Amino acid sequence: MSDTHPPPELEIIPAAIVDKHHRRASHLIWLLPAIAALIGLSLAITSYLNRGPVITITFMSGEGIESGKTKIKYKDVQIGEVKSVTISKDRSHVVVTAEFKKDAEGLLMKDTRFWVVRPRISGGTVSGLGTLMGGSYIGMDVGTSKDSQLEFTGLEDPPVVTMDEPGTQFKLHAEDIGSLNVKSPVFFRRMQVGEVIAYELDRDGKGVTVTVFIRKPYARFVKANTLFWHASGIDFTMDANGVRVNSESMVSLLLGGITLQTPDDKADAGPAPANSVFTLFTTREEALKRIDSIVETYLLVFKESVRGLAIGAPVDLRGVTVGEVSRISVDLDTRKKRFVMPVEVKFYPERLRASYHTKSSLPGRRNSRKLINALVSNGMRAQIRSGSLLTGQLYIALDFFPKAAPARVNWAQDPPEFPTILGNMEQFQTMLMQIVQKLDKLPLEEISGDARQTLQSLSETLKNADRLLKNVDTTIVPETRLMLEDARKTLKEADKALAGARQTLSADAPLQKDLRDALREVSRAAQSLRVLGDFLERHPEALISGKKEDGR
Amino acid sequence: MKYYRNTAASLGLCSCHVCGLVSRIGAETGGARCPRCATRLHTRKPHGVEQCWALLIAAYILYLPANLMTIMETGSLISYRKDTILSGVVHLWQNGSMGIAVIVFIASIVVPLFKLLTLTWLLISVQKRSTRHPAERTRLYRLIELVGRWSMLDIYVVTLLAALVQMQSLATVKAGPGAIAFGAVVVLTMFAAMRFDPRLIWDPLQKES
Repeated sequence: MSDTHPPPELEIIPAAIVDKHHRRASHLIWLLPAIAALIGLSLAITSYLNRGPVITITFMSGEGIESGKTKIKYKDVQIGEVKSVTISKDRSHVVVTAEFKKDAEGLLMKDTRFWVVRPRISGGTVSGLGTLMGGSYIGMDVGTSKDSQLEFTGLEDPPVVTMDEPGTQFKLHAEDIGSLNVKSPVFFRRMQVGEVIAYELDRDGKGVTVTVFIRKPYARFVKANTLFWHASGIDFTMDANGVRVNSESMVSLLLGGITLQTPDDKADAGPAPANSVFTLFTTREEALKRIDSIVETYLLVFKESVRGLAIGAPVDLRGVTVGEVSRISVDLDTRKKRFVMPVEVKFYPERLRASYHTKSSLPGRRNSRKLINALVSNGMRAQIRSGSLLTGQLYIALDFFPKAAPARVNWAQDPPEFPTILGNMEQFQTMLMQIVQKLDKLPLEEISGDARQTLQSLSETLKNADRLLKNVDTTIVPETRLMLEDARKTLKEADKALAGARQTLSADAPLQKDLRDALREVSRAAQSLRVLGDFLERHPEALISGKKEDGR
Repeated sequence: MKYYRNTAASLGLCSCHVCGLVSRIGAETGGARCPRCATRLHTRKPHGVEQCWALLIAAYILYLPANLMTIMETGSLISYRKDTILSGVVHLWQNGSMGIAVIVFIASIVVPLFKLLTLTWLLISVQKRSTRHPAERTRLYRLIELVGRWSMLDIYVVTLLAALVQMQSLATVKAGPGAIAFGAVVVLTMFAAMRFDPRLIWDPLQKES
């Protein structure tokens, strides 16, 4: 027990049992903070390592973007989150700071694009409906560049085509945008194969460049000679061919659209490379018209009115369009003091050649001149003709007028002047005038006097003729009757004679009988002669010795 | 305030932790056992300060992830959010549930922090053998022992929600890694408070006299 005695008042308290096993102080408890530190450290390290890149995106407006709430999604998978939304220093735009997940690092390329996904209703499509409930989010499209970047400028509208979508972009030059818009469809055989993804005014302001995207399997149908034209709206044309209303599908009626077509060509060109530039024609006709690679411009100087001749009016060669009117003007011929109408036409000499001609045999420009010269010397002229009486539209016809005054193509001029001839109507009018003039010159009074005299003498002549006929009636006709009676008598005689002859020749006539008897006698005599002949053949000696008696 | 000159320890007495029997242990350096139930007897909790420090430091370390990391992930048809304790409080406050926000703030942020700081102060003061405000310090100790379990409120909410709200794509609630850290902080501070021997607060006073 203890050496020191407890105070007496504590004697009643029992003494504790002495424990021999001294328990050593345990320091194991310090493992706990060590483990905690380890856990904390590991958490810190992993969170540091997992911390993705932080980027800034500038937008024009922060509509629908909330810090800490708006997600950044790629292919609808959340890969980041908006941390803060602030206004830029110059207050012109909104700066969005966003943190990405660690594995999204490789997605932040120089040409990666960001845009805010909001519900959109445009034309034929509705998109981003999910954001109505879930709130807007920032969509992204990963670029193909190798360089990464942490500062981006956001797009105001979602891109039509994402980078990883397989397909090819092409550029189209057009005079105006028409009713096209971003996302307007591109049709090939009335099937949608792509979309308009961008358009911009040319730098010189003289046209519009439309960028279209053709999806992968269809992009190979775009050849170097492919034609593009507006498929937008209703095409109402009134020209020399009459009135026509043409419309594309309802979607393109509403949205506008582009149709592409590759002309059937023997020389099958390979697919056009990406970003090739094409011309966007306004109509299908225009597009198909311009497949000619060689275009020659000629000047046709007409003397008559060109009212009703429109730009674009066809130049027609016996029903085949070989060119079109490109410019109409008026010119004062100072020497002759009159107005002439110079009309510029585009002429497609290729159309003069049959399609089975191979390309190599296509004549060059010089040969083309030779050909035109030959044609002109053969009488080929341009002439204004009326295409349709209904619309009064005119067209220019090329045809051969062998009687036309000789003319030559003036090659020195630019554009060369092609000889013309007065139009049908004009010709008709001048001819009519000439006839009228000639008629005017005719001595009609005298002619009518002469004619009257002639008519009088003619009536006399007719009277004489009448008389003559009456004479014939009274004298010649009875005589003729007598003559006919005589003839009948003669015929009767002849009949009788013939009957006699028939009697003579009949089978039981005596002459016949006699003749038959005589002939029988002759045949008997001939028989005897044959017997004699036979006998003599067998007994030729009988001629000398005479006939021996039989049986001797 | 009355300061009693003698303590049980100074008189060589010790009470059993288990059966409460007071016995004389004398001045031996060796261990002693309760003469009634044979439980090991200590006049003060052995290595109490050291163990309390260890638990407290661990709690401090885990307090950081508990507050920085996600405690709850809630996903519903239209939204998906991750909340730390503080962001949850802010969210509740912004959505008008200010009362709940205050409760969560007190239970989950103030109380654990208060416990940690109080225990730290108590330990330092005990080690410095401070004689100032022993009664207040004891009261503080009673307070942290009392409120300790209530800081598990957050964990209760998260575990309940995570267990109950599991409707696939419609709504899901998941406990985040912060919940584990937070739970660990609460448990560690509770243990630390248990390991702290409040009698140590009074010991310096007895020696001084």
